[in-house]
Amino acid sequence: MRWLGRVIQFVGKVGVFGARVLINVVQPPFELAQVSRQLAEVGTKSITLIVVSGFALGAVMTLHTRNTLVTFGAAAMIPAVQAVSFFVEIGPLVAGLLLAGRVGSGIGAVLANMRASEQIDAIESLSIDSFKFLVVPRVLACVIALPLLTLFMDFAGLLGGFFSEVLSSHISPELYLNGAFDNLQWSNFIAPTLKTAVFGFIIGSVSSYFGYTTDKGAKGVGEAATNSVVVSSLLIIVADVLLIKCIFFLFPDTAI
Amino acid sequence: MNTSPNMAVEFKNVTKAFGEKRVLNDVSFQLEQGQVLCLLGRSGTGKSVTLKIIMALMRPDSGEVWVDDENVVGLGESCLSMVRKKLGYLFQDAALFDSLTLYENLALPLSRLTKKSKSEIDEKIRRVLSDVSLGSDGAKYPSALSGGMRKRAGLARALVLEPKILLADEPSSGLDRITASEIDDLLLRCKEQHGTALIIVTHDVHGARRIADRVAVLDKGDLVAFGTVEEVARSENDVARRLITE
Repeated sequence: MRWLGRVIQFVGKVGVFGARVLINVVQPPFELAQVSRQLAEVGTKSITLIVVSGFALGAVMTLHTRNTLVTFGAAAMIPAVQAVSFFVEIGPLVAGLLLAGRVGSGIGAVLANMRASEQIDAIESLSIDSFKFLVVPRVLACVIALPLLTLFMDFAGLLGGFFSEVLSSHISPELYLNGAFDNLQWSNFIAPTLKTAVFGFIIGSVSSYFGYTTDKGAKGVGEAATNSVVVSSLLIIVADVLLIKCIFFLFPDTAI
Repeated sequence: MNTSPNMAVEFKNVTKAFGEKRVLNDVSFQLEQGQVLCLLGRSGTGKSVTLKIIMALMRPDSGEVWVDDENVVGLGESCLSMVRKKLGYLFQDAALFDSLTLYENLALPLSRLTKKSKSEIDEKIRRVLSDVSLGSDGAKYPSALSGGMRKRAGLARALVLEPKILLADEPSSGLDRITASEIDDLLLRCKEQHGTALIIVTHDVHGARRIADRVAVLDKGDLVAFGTVEEVARSENDVARRLITE
């Protein structure tokens, strides 16, 4: 049972850390320059990864679903299946997991390195609130960037599916797009996209927690990077389950 | 209140432990404005911890730490911020911000803590970098600087706000004798030109004998000797005597 105690203790510490982020977000000074710098780091530099992954995933998914749907005489449903699955679940979840890998490890390692090399102490010694200066902008950047990256993932997936379909059935773009969006409602699109802001908060807070609070010197840098990815990914998947239940409650028509 | 109006830093019965290990044991000393105190002692005897406690980066378990008329123990963050503005800190490995150029490292505290205009900040940075012989290196990132240059850059950042008290953690460690001597010269210039009080953690006894007004020797968390170089050299404590004379 000792492990359970440790888990509860960890969840408590991360929870307090996250609450501290929320409190600091609304208190001046607002580190807009830092937020902008982190948005470039988290968002812009992730676009290639997200788009390429989304495109490949879209193509592969279409190849897999095609056989099954053709067997049941439902080949015309392929664009709709592709759109709904990407916008509702695959896009948000995969974008979240990819960002946890690329950005989470980076945030964890950078902050842990700054702790180990006394850069965080140096910031404090200059009368600058290191939490506000380092942690809050990183979390905010993740919260803002992830929904936008999810859109890139969604449309790249749709594009990948289209190319796959063109090669298989020579479908026209108009027919594919009509098939894709005819069955898609705003509630299928907005709520799942916005839920990734929560994923972004998880990635930013958890990764910053591991990096900012490490006290193991150089050894802590690697540990922070690994733990950031593992725990962020795990929490994203758990949070996804809870958020889907919330979305079904708030938008009953999205539940089948 | 601390005991003298001219006091820069005063430790009163300060104790600090990490778990079972006591790194500072009832340590008391005073340093006046414009004086240089060198903290000597074997590794792991609490010298760097002393500096971090003065800067309030660590809290002591008991005792009082007066910095320019403020007891920093128990101060809230906003008050601490005011006290820290009076202090400069040269970290052991300089602790320059990797992601910023040397210029940006120095501009950060100036732009946030002063009301200087952009041109005033530029002029100030140019002057401070020139003082530490890094006038042409402002655009470089810390990774492009040598060990000695990093130390001088760290010193420039610590001095850019013109602190009343400068804390330096092993400013000459890992440097050749000539470069170490240049750093000592810079520290002495701070004292002479601005009346800055300096507390320097060092293993460089040669440098300490040259620049220190007072020497404090820590051993296993105890302050075993405190006084001028000559007084410590005549100390009854064997460790203190050996450290300053050998």
